[in-house]
Amino acid sequence: MLTNAEIEAIHYEMSQTPHKKAAVIEALKVVLKHRGWVSDECIESIATLLDMSPTEVDSVASFYNLIYRRPVGRHIIHLCDSISCYVMGYETLYQALQQQLGIRFGETNNEQGFTLLPNCCLGCCDHAPALMIDEDLYKDVTPDHLQGILKSYT
Amino acid sequence: MEQPLTQHINLDDPPAIDAYQRVGGYAALIKTLKEHTPMDIQQQVQASELKGRGGAGFSTAQKWSFVPMGADAPHPKYLIANADEMEPGTFKDRLLLEGNPHQLLEGMILAAYAIQADIAYIFLRWAYRRAAALLRKSIDEAYHAGYLGKNILGSGWSLQLHLHTGVGRYMCGEETALLNALEGKRATPRAKPPFPAVSGLFGKPTIVNNVETLCCIPSIVNNGAAWFKGLGRGKEGGTKLYGVSGRVNRSGCWEFPMGITVRELLDHAGGMKSGYRLKGFLPGGASTDFLTEQHLDTAMDFASMAAAGSRLGTGTMVILDDATCPVGFVHNLQHFFAQESCGWCTPCREGLPWVEKILLSIERGEASAEDIELLHMHTRFLGPGHTFCALAPGAMEPLQSALRFFKDDFDQHITEKKCPYGNHLHR
Repeated sequence: MLTNAEIEAIHYEMSQTPHKKAAVIEALKVVLKHRGWVSDECIESIATLLDMSPTEVDSVASFYNLIYRRPVGRHIIHLCDSISCYVMGYETLYQALQQQLGIRFGETNNEQGFTLLPNCCLGCCDHAPALMIDEDLYKDVTPDHLQGILKSYT
Repeated sequence: MEQPLTQHINLDDPPAIDAYQRVGGYAALIKTLKEHTPMDIQQQVQASELKGRGGAGFSTAQKWSFVPMGADAPHPKYLIANADEMEPGTFKDRLLLEGNPHQLLEGMILAAYAIQADIAYIFLRWAYRRAAALLRKSIDEAYHAGYLGKNILGSGWSLQLHLHTGVGRYMCGEETALLNALEGKRATPRAKPPFPAVSGLFGKPTIVNNVETLCCIPSIVNNGAAWFKGLGRGKEGGTKLYGVSGRVNRSGCWEFPMGITVRELLDHAGGMKSGYRLKGFLPGGASTDFLTEQHLDTAMDFASMAAAGSRLGTGTMVILDDATCPVGFVHNLQHFFAQESCGWCTPCREGLPWVEKILLSIERGEASAEDIELLHMHTRFLGPGHTFCALAPGAMEPLQSALRFFKDDFDQHITEKKCPYGNHLHR
């Protein structure tokens, strides 16, 4: 069940488009903002609000990289795995993250509350390797930096 | 050297509306709404020969010219700034968005006026959080100053402008896929024709222009088409944002006259880092063909890069150095393309993961000579004319050129049954 605040926010998004259905991505973003991820129940509730089938909503939800259909940790680490970061050594960072957090891409460390995800080019190629944690960008990251960076989120 | 795009960029303290106006900002808009018709602006941009800076290099004015004009034209019409910069190795629009957001807004308002649009969107990729905050503030300022909203500066023309932040998918950079994403659908490309200029967002006439393209408009209106054309080194006018990333001494993004040479750009990036040699480079992002040392004196404009067998693309170069395995490099690119394929058409959906797997097996020393032949086959099957959009053909550009320029490296992986560069980290 969606909360009143979520429903209100989704109604606002519906009012901003010429067709109800066009608000589906914004509706998914509303749920993400409130819960961090989108459950099957939320997919069904959004479908009812927008006069869509749950399958239609899920076909959109599952298409986009940043709409999470599984629970995630309190913080999400987006490690850039694209070409400039590859050349500049993101794989070494990935190894260090695996060692420190005990998780691989797509997994969550529940104790420390981190989810680790690969990310397509962050547009920070002149300061590679780069990663984002939630909304914060970190540039020219080396394995030595990681401990300090992660500590600031726990 | 004139640098109209970046002269007022300030990353530490991006100009708010007052600061932007103090250096001549919004003068082009004020002058236009007083003195010029929409067709005047279209003609001026036509005369400037501005080519789209998103990678394709298509004439901006020609794109605009397909929009129905006059009393019978369907409304609302839309103008969209494509700020979904996701081409690996590309970080140029970020500079414009984070360093001088009002320049983009003024360019958008002028472009919207030229096609008589009613609604404008900025389609911004999610990762540009700083740009999102700055744009929100700048849009508010522009509304407050009367440059957006109803009856702009008493002209009788109105424009609404919205910021849309994406939820991550490379396909959204393709203009028709971007329109589907804005309509709340999966970002798969649409069949063309009809072209968006005739039937785009919600079936209405729509123009999608790249951020850098739109940022060129205010200075063209202020200084004229002849001035703009004169900025370039060769036939192609204007300035261009160029970038370099990889193992160079000073990676970054700078504005230069259109058509500087590869060598000049590399020199500006401080040359290769000590102990590394240049092996090759992608001139304009992940979906451009490799060029090598023999192309150092080639001009970085659309025509010269095409003549050299590649594309200018986004103008942001990625360097392959001699300590990085070319097979691993291309595998990384194909992993990206396979993952970001929208799955709409079969060759791309099935072919790219196949290519990625073959490259991984080569890198691990588990492949045979026939696998190289399979890669050659894919460069034909996934090339232009076989897929619904340009994603797979773009993916094949670095692969086909790598197979040619770095043939010895590929063969060495097969004969030695291992990566000669000692690459073993692939996750």
